[in-house]
Amino acid sequence: MTQVMEQIVQSVPQPAGPVPAKMVVEDFSASFGEMQVLKRVNLQIMPCERLAIIGPASSGKTTLMRSLNRLNDMEPQFSREGRIQLDGHDIYHPQTDVPALRRRVGMVYAVPTPLPWSIYENITYGPRLAGVTSRQRLDALVESSLRASFLWDEVKDRLDMPGTDLSGGQQQRLCLSRVLALEPEVLLLDEPCSGLDPISTARIEEAMVELKRKYSIVLVTNNTKQAARASDRTAFFLMGELIECGPTVELFTNPKHQRTSDYITGHFG
Amino acid sequence: MSTMRAQIPVQSAARRPLLARRRLDSERVISWVLFLMALSALSGLAVITAFIFKEGIPIIAKVGLRRFIFSSHWYPLEGEFGILPMIVGSLMVTAGAMVIGMVFGLGCAILLTQYCPPRMVSIIKPAIELLAGIPSVVYGFIGVAILVPFIRDYLGGPGLSVLASSIVLGVMMLPTITSISVDALRAVPKSYIEGSIALGATEWQTTHMVVLKAARSGIVAAVILGMGRAVGETMAVIMVAGNTLELPHSILDPVRTLTSNIALEMGYAAGDHRKALFATGVVLFVIIMVLNTIALRVSRRRSKVKVLAK
Repeated sequence: MTQVMEQIVQSVPQPAGPVPAKMVVEDFSASFGEMQVLKRVNLQIMPCERLAIIGPASSGKTTLMRSLNRLNDMEPQFSREGRIQLDGHDIYHPQTDVPALRRRVGMVYAVPTPLPWSIYENITYGPRLAGVTSRQRLDALVESSLRASFLWDEVKDRLDMPGTDLSGGQQQRLCLSRVLALEPEVLLLDEPCSGLDPISTARIEEAMVELKRKYSIVLVTNNTKQAARASDRTAFFLMGELIECGPTVELFTNPKHQRTSDYITGHFG
Repeated sequence: MSTMRAQIPVQSAARRPLLARRRLDSERVISWVLFLMALSALSGLAVITAFIFKEGIPIIAKVGLRRFIFSSHWYPLEGEFGILPMIVGSLMVTAGAMVIGMVFGLGCAILLTQYCPPRMVSIIKPAIELLAGIPSVVYGFIGVAILVPFIRDYLGGPGLSVLASSIVLGVMMLPTITSISVDALRAVPKSYIEGSIALGATEWQTTHMVVLKAARSGIVAAVILGMGRAVGETMAVIMVAGNTLELPHSILDPVRTLTSNIALEMGYAAGDHRKALFATGVVLFVIIMVLNTIALRVSRRRSKVKVLAK
């Protein structure tokens, strides 16, 4: 067991030179009631990278994501051990400003979840909560975030239509814009393309390439092909454990663990 | 399986068709009985409506609708039938009860759905629903024994007042408003709440900017249903309202409501006076019908919105 742990720790690439990691997950375990869903996970999220998290169902991917912006706090059964740092600050410190954390670590869900308001209101909700009141500034944010998620051209003439009337792919990009309008530092995408057609998926992957210039992106995906083509590093989770993490090319061409290779070649999961 | 059947004596095979026929008959009888029962409920409504209107409409026609509703002189023995003070009284008491019931009922509902751990909900919610089971005369008794002296001593006036009735009715409305609002708030998709929280909203911001907005029509329906109960409540109001025939000028003045008027005078009324009480019932009937229709409209609009959202 300890041997495995050491291997895992070694497989996490250390920050190269002076670039510090954006987020550091240290010996992080999480449980819902009696059931442990994450077991002593160690992981680093670097600035300006796309980190893909892959693994079969109930491997703890989503729990890890929801721990990164403390959304799991909403679950009464949730408990955790270990630390997660954002720019060196422990996000589970009792004095953490949780809403501010969630603005810095934005999240897009698997199922598009626009609020039952207009496109414009959906995007300006977050910034308004953060205290932005200038109409001009809000307008600018709406445009820039819609452009960044490649939705602007499709909706620029109907910003007052209900966000729920858009197609599934558009709704998902609206949810992405909504998060981008917060000007976050880390983007968590939880299977953002699971319900989308290939064209919408391509749009979102295209957006990710642009976005990683400014943000760290964590992409949870069930689609190993998507991880292979749309990420810089990949982490493979199984039963709550981080099995292997490394540059995507390496992990997919030359996995260090048998279980990783079994998963990516489709032998299970 | 087939071997098992073969072992059953011939006797039962002969009995089977008979049994089947009997079951069919009983089905038919049951459906007829149920139909008659449903019909009796409906005819009850029809008879009540017809009776109230038959007794009440002629006197309204005789006095004149405008005088009946807008005159504030109620001297039944001299043939003066003006029910304005009672209409105003009913509306004031109801409005006051609505404010109190809505503030506290909605507060409870928000606490129960957004902030309470499940174990506390399982204690608080039944306790609030138990309020509905307390007889209204007990509410009236507590009002007279505690609330009325309190108002008299600290706020002035006779104590028996619009305010006292509003508070008593407001508490009586709590279970209705709370339980229907809880349903409306629970029906708000969890994705709205999570989406809002993930965008950096606090729990309270999420509650008042997202959840209350999304549940608005359900909450309106809850308040209107509670209002229906407040307009119709009689016993508790008679005990704490004071029942004078003057137009109230402040919430500390005593009032008489439409329902109290009927209940207080029906015992000795005769002739036109009796008919005027039925006419009071007609007015009450119309007010409650209007409220119910609004409630139905609003809750129907909610379901339409839901379909659109999908």
